[in-house]
Amino acid sequence: MLILTCPCCGVTADETELAGGGEAHVRRAGPGASESEVEDYLFMRENPRGPHFERWRHAYGCGKWFLAARDTATLEVFGTYPAQTTEPPEHIRAAITERHPGWRWRDFS
Amino acid sequence: MSTRRYSAFALAREALRDHLGWQRAWAKASPKPRYDVIIVGAGGHGLATAYYLGKNFGIRNVAVLEKGWLGGGNTGRNTTIIRSNYLQDPSAAIYEKSRALYETLSQELNYNVMFSPRGVMMLAQTEHEVRGYKRTAHANSIQGVTTEFISPERVKELVPIIELKGPRYPVLGALWQARGGTARHDAVAWGYARACSDMGMDIIQNCEVTGIRSEGGQVTVVETSKGEIGCGKLGLVVAGHSGVLAQKAGFRLPIESLALQALVSEPIKPCMDVVVMANTVHGYMSQSDKGEMVIGGGTDAFNNYTQRGSFHHIEETVRALVETFPMISRLKMLRQWGGIVDMTGDRSPIISKTPVDGIFVNCGWGTGGFKAIPGSGWAMAELMAKGHSPLSAAFGMERFREGRFIDESVAAGVAH
Amino acid sequence: MSARLPTGGRLLDRSQPLDFTFDGKRLHGYAGDTLASALLGQGQMLLGRSFKYHQPRGLVASGAEEPNALVGLGEGAFFEPNQRATAAELHAGLTATSQNHWPSLEHDVGAVNSALTRFLPAGFYYKTFLWPRSFWKHVYEPFIRQSAGLGKPPQEADGSTYEHFHVHVDLVIVGGGISGLAAALTAGREGREVLLIEQTAHWGGRAVVDAPQIDGQSAEDWVKSALQELETMANVRMRTRTMASGLYDHGYLMAYERVSDHAPATPGPRHRLWRIRAEETRLATGALERPLSFAGNDVPGVMLASAVRDYLVNWAISPGDRTVVVTNNDDAYRTALALYRAGLAVPVIVDARPQVTGALPQAARDAGIRVEPGRAIVKVDGKKRVTGVEIGLQLGEGGAMEHIACDAVAMSGGWSPAVHLWSHCGGKLTWDEAQALFRPDASRPPRGDKGQPIASVTGTANGHLGTAAALADAGLELDVSEPAEEPMAPVWIMPQGAGPALKRKMFLDYQNDVKVSDVELAAREGYESVEHAKRYTTLGMATDQGKLSNINGLAVLSGALNAAIPATGTTTFRPPYTPISMGSIAGAARGPLFQPVRRTPIHGWHEANGATWEPVGQWRRPYAYLKGAEDRHTAVTREVQAVRNSVGLLDASTLGKIVVKGPDAGRFLDMIYTGRPSSIAVGKCRYGLICNENGFLVDDGVVARLAEDTWLCHTTTGGAEHIHAHMEDWLQCEWWDWQVYTANVTEEWAQVAVAGPKARAVLESLGGMDVSKAALPFMTWAEGELGGLPARVFRISFSGELSYEIAVPADRGMELWEALLQAGAAHGVTPYGTEAMHVLRAEKGFIMIGEETDGTIIPQDLNLGWAIAKKKEDYLGKRAQERPHMADPKRWKLVGLEADGGAVLPEGAYIMAPGENANGQRHTQGRVTSTYYSPTFGRGIAMALLIHGPDRMGEMVEVTDGQGGAITARVCDPVLYDREGERLDG
Repeated sequence: MLILTCPCCGVTADETELAGGGEAHVRRAGPGASESEVEDYLFMRENPRGPHFERWRHAYGCGKWFLAARDTATLEVFGTYPAQTTEPPEHIRAAITERHPGWRWRDFS
Repeated sequence: MSTRRYSAFALAREALRDHLGWQRAWAKASPKPRYDVIIVGAGGHGLATAYYLGKNFGIRNVAVLEKGWLGGGNTGRNTTIIRSNYLQDPSAAIYEKSRALYETLSQELNYNVMFSPRGVMMLAQTEHEVRGYKRTAHANSIQGVTTEFISPERVKELVPIIELKGPRYPVLGALWQARGGTARHDAVAWGYARACSDMGMDIIQNCEVTGIRSEGGQVTVVETSKGEIGCGKLGLVVAGHSGVLAQKAGFRLPIESLALQALVSEPIKPCMDVVVMANTVHGYMSQSDKGEMVIGGGTDAFNNYTQRGSFHHIEETVRALVETFPMISRLKMLRQWGGIVDMTGDRSPIISKTPVDGIFVNCGWGTGGFKAIPGSGWAMAELMAKGHSPLSAAFGMERFREGRFIDESVAAGVAH
Repeated sequence: MSARLPTGGRLLDRSQPLDFTFDGKRLHGYAGDTLASALLGQGQMLLGRSFKYHQPRGLVASGAEEPNALVGLGEGAFFEPNQRATAAELHAGLTATSQNHWPSLEHDVGAVNSALTRFLPAGFYYKTFLWPRSFWKHVYEPFIRQSAGLGKPPQEADGSTYEHFHVHVDLVIVGGGISGLAAALTAGREGREVLLIEQTAHWGGRAVVDAPQIDGQSAEDWVKSALQELETMANVRMRTRTMASGLYDHGYLMAYERVSDHAPATPGPRHRLWRIRAEETRLATGALERPLSFAGNDVPGVMLASAVRDYLVNWAISPGDRTVVVTNNDDAYRTALALYRAGLAVPVIVDARPQVTGALPQAARDAGIRVEPGRAIVKVDGKKRVTGVEIGLQLGEGGAMEHIACDAVAMSGGWSPAVHLWSHCGGKLTWDEAQALFRPDASRPPRGDKGQPIASVTGTANGHLGTAAALADAGLELDVSEPAEEPMAPVWIMPQGAGPALKRKMFLDYQNDVKVSDVELAAREGYESVEHAKRYTTLGMATDQGKLSNINGLAVLSGALNAAIPATGTTTFRPPYTPISMGSIAGAARGPLFQPVRRTPIHGWHEANGATWEPVGQWRRPYAYLKGAEDRHTAVTREVQAVRNSVGLLDASTLGKIVVKGPDAGRFLDMIYTGRPSSIAVGKCRYGLICNENGFLVDDGVVARLAEDTWLCHTTTGGAEHIHAHMEDWLQCEWWDWQVYTANVTEEWAQVAVAGPKARAVLESLGGMDVSKAALPFMTWAEGELGGLPARVFRISFSGELSYEIAVPADRGMELWEALLQAGAAHGVTPYGTEAMHVLRAEKGFIMIGEETDGTIIPQDLNLGWAIAKKKEDYLGKRAQERPHMADPKRWKLVGLEADGGAVLPEGAYIMAPGENANGQRHTQGRVTSTYYSPTFGRGIAMALLIHGPDRMGEMVEVTDGQGGAITARVCDPVLYDREGERLDG
């Protein structure tokens, strides 16, 4: 039973109050995108064993989507942040670096 | 004289000398400098691949590398259901091939995998599910898979402990595959391992792959915790860890790894002879030969590499099953655990060539891999040996780019 | 023979005798007894049969670790199999039955297996039963299944209730022994919010039995004063009979309270599951004594030394007249001394250690008890009861030097901390060489969401076996007086050089009949990983989850592999610590509370008027209304005809209704829908399709423009929440700069479809707003008043008839329904259900999400290209629909089918094509998506997907009949009814 803090309403909620939404920071490939861009967008996922960025919705709370940085092997949560961004905030990246120096996730490090 | 072949006679003979003459089931092995084929992953699928490479194609200079202990991944963690009542042609073909191989696997491997064709029943609890399962029955009727849609009365006959009236979702019928069933999961891995070892293949446990090298787009070397090993061809058969290995080989896979939950009750005397799956309420249950009720639940909604049980999924599953089988309320949960399942975009597997020549991948079995072990190994071996297999043809990874799904959830929202 | 002593028993209330039955025999005990102590008190030593060999088995332990004494308790709806007699508190009228035997416990036919033990070693079933093939299913397996299993399955639905309890505390302490109490005192005095739980009915753990002096008083008195102090603290909560079952991710702790198992007549729940979020979890779970592995260590009468002490001190039980103590440590001498003090004979203490010099052995010698160092029990004599032991050298091979008559054996192989909860969530262990035990490694704890440790361990569970050290570990430095103990010596096989004949009788896992010889066989056959050995032999997989057998088995495996114990490793501990009822897991969410039904404002009327239900999403909708003796088919036919000929009413309240509003709402909807809702004029309606990013059609419905900046989107019944979430996802995560609000108002409105040629007449007789063709043409909507109710009226049709959908505030829904019934009475107004709705729409050729679509269908497949705005640059799913397979002209397309002779085609049928594929499967070219009997046309009608379908009108195709044969059908236009649309436009 994970606990995550919703950055929108500030509530620290059990997993049962939340809905997972898969990988974060996926860039939409719309009209004009190449076949391989579409494939990447729809199917290719980082799926790392380690630090990961993912989407959550506070489904049985404020209803807002937010993003989380979480380790998929230890389940440690490095932080949560609003969904209205295209990259993880600096302080969360720093928190990951503290635990996993030299980490890399797509273009982020 | 030591004893290799298993039989009642051998057992009696060994009994008289305190079982001191049994040989190792599989030989201890350390890596040679090079193999024709290396399979990474000594789970059921990896071992079956190696076995059919040897048996069907005479390729025996093979090593199977395993990070931990063989059969320690999903092979040893699943709820052992075997069925082939799939909707889509490619799925029905490979799962039925698999089921048919299970029928004679004990004799073929000289290792009792306890395949028990006790019958698999998938309950229809909404009108939508009724239509979906009828559709599957029609598809099966021309795919060579024997299934039928049965009435609630027949359901009750086969499963006396079921509550037909619901109360939330009445049982409206079921898709019934009489020759589906279960097998002993560990024995499948052990039996294949023993047979591979007998063919001279090396099964190397506690050997982690740390890197994969290729030259000119052709795989050459596997780097491991036990040193570098050369290979002609490489098969990656590591389920939830496929993405991590693919990355080492320099390509990506449309795979996500999630935790799937399962539990068993304490053993009781036989009270349910068939396997029952209830998809509307998300639970399935069978009774093992030991007497435990073996119960499968849902997956987490997030990527997860821990093999731990989480409580709320179990809670949801048990609630559903208590409604369906009221008597289990007074049984006790003995043990719960999780396995890491590898899910693709259409929830169907990948058996495929990869962007690197000589590297093949077999993964994405999601929550349904155990039943596919023999068929998957058969198809993967053919693909690796000949470059093409009719059974695996539809499961290439290019299908995602083309938008050609093999979606099994369409009929009645059935997970695997 | 075991017996009750005339005096003593610290937990007994002899003033309250209790009657109970065991296998139908009427027996007596006292309040304070467990079923186990009461049975021993009545001389009942044989309590069960083992799993595989059906060996006679008696009590080994006194607590949760008991592997043998499993019984069925209760009767009928209150029967429960596999209950540990040691954990069942005696109550008046308790009914217990022994398990796993036929015909009786004393005479078990299955025990024939035990004569064959040498033919049935670990994994024997993997090596045989191979031929003939069909025999596994029909002969061998049924035999194995019958002889396996333990208790009988309950026959009835559960008569008890259960509940869950959510708590948040600063500190939860697991275990109510002195370490747990000390930890609670320390934290309680600091003012922290504490929850202290204990799995048994009593506080004090082992100390109250072993009786050290603590802080100048007896352990019993110290515990009493600790409890008194804790009870005065408002910040400390205490619960007995509450077992921590599992520690889960991010520190979630589950505890299982057996509220009324000890007093079944008590009203309220039987079990309560505590779901605990604590800042800190402290484990004071104590330790479990290990058996010793000698031949015959499973004969009834061989018990753990600590259990013998427990039965004697707590319940005044003499395990026998003459008890031999066998040990590798000093602690077991306490048992010898306790027996001596109770006036019972201890003929000898067999100690495997070569030298025995400690204070406790000295006390035994002083009491005149014979102590034999360097000795082993070579073999236990007796079958259903110990009759004596053979003594030999521990370093020998099993030669007997002496026979000693006795009727009980108390054994101790040392102690293992109960580290289960620590390990559940990833805490690691370290091997303590001196004490030969695994204890928690504080440097590698289970970790939580911030990477912080989520559990700590205190006292005996932390490897501090002495009282003073355990208390100090829990934060209390107190004067403790107890004898100093000399080091134990690890002894894993007794005697050390025992041969196969003895090893075959040394049991490691009592319940599953796993012996030393089995583990050695596993190692010899290459099952070397501890997990392989466990699974091959089934060691530790019984209902006690290896509480007694894990370490002994691991040590034997290590010995066989010539490896150090920590190098061999441990198996993974899985929750729960001891089994918990399925009922408690399900909690209160049963029956009507299991997935509660969503109800429309008109639901009650349907229920009262013959509705036969169809579950749709979380709702139940009337499938049809049965009148008199009607069956479903007749009712549906009547309802369809009523709509076609006069007028029908459908409760459409379950249809999703989502309001989308804001300056960018039009632009947003143009992305969500394949069409262009932004171009709908205010007051107008338009049919719209929603696809996902894979291009697949997921929902449809009519969109109405309510105002310049406001749209109302209707969705399918099952789709409302999903589509609302889908919209919010895109708004929040992709186009967060667009100014749009969405609101799911599905339950704000009751909505009724009035359909049929007389629909207008019915509305007009209600009175109110103008619903004429001129004022309210097809695909428009208006707001006004109907029959005195504020209403929105939509001129839309899913039946092909003249039709209005009337929405009123939800609390007026029933009024509207009744007003319509009244107003329509003159026209024979007929409520109709979902099936009639399906038939009506199919006659008209309208597609239905979930029927014509299945998650792999794109709008183009359904000839719905007209609902896609071709010139639009983008919408969700547009790019995906351009992928090769999506644009393939060979995709199956929507057509109608007419079977020969007007038959109804079977549901789910496939349309076959000649030949087979490479896997020998018959080719297909399409499939039936919907098929009904049409009352309007008096024959079967069907919709289907077919390759090049629209170009093949009139062609004959072969459809599967499901029995291996085929039905011939003609391809036709899917629109059969009112192709010109005059009726719905009327």
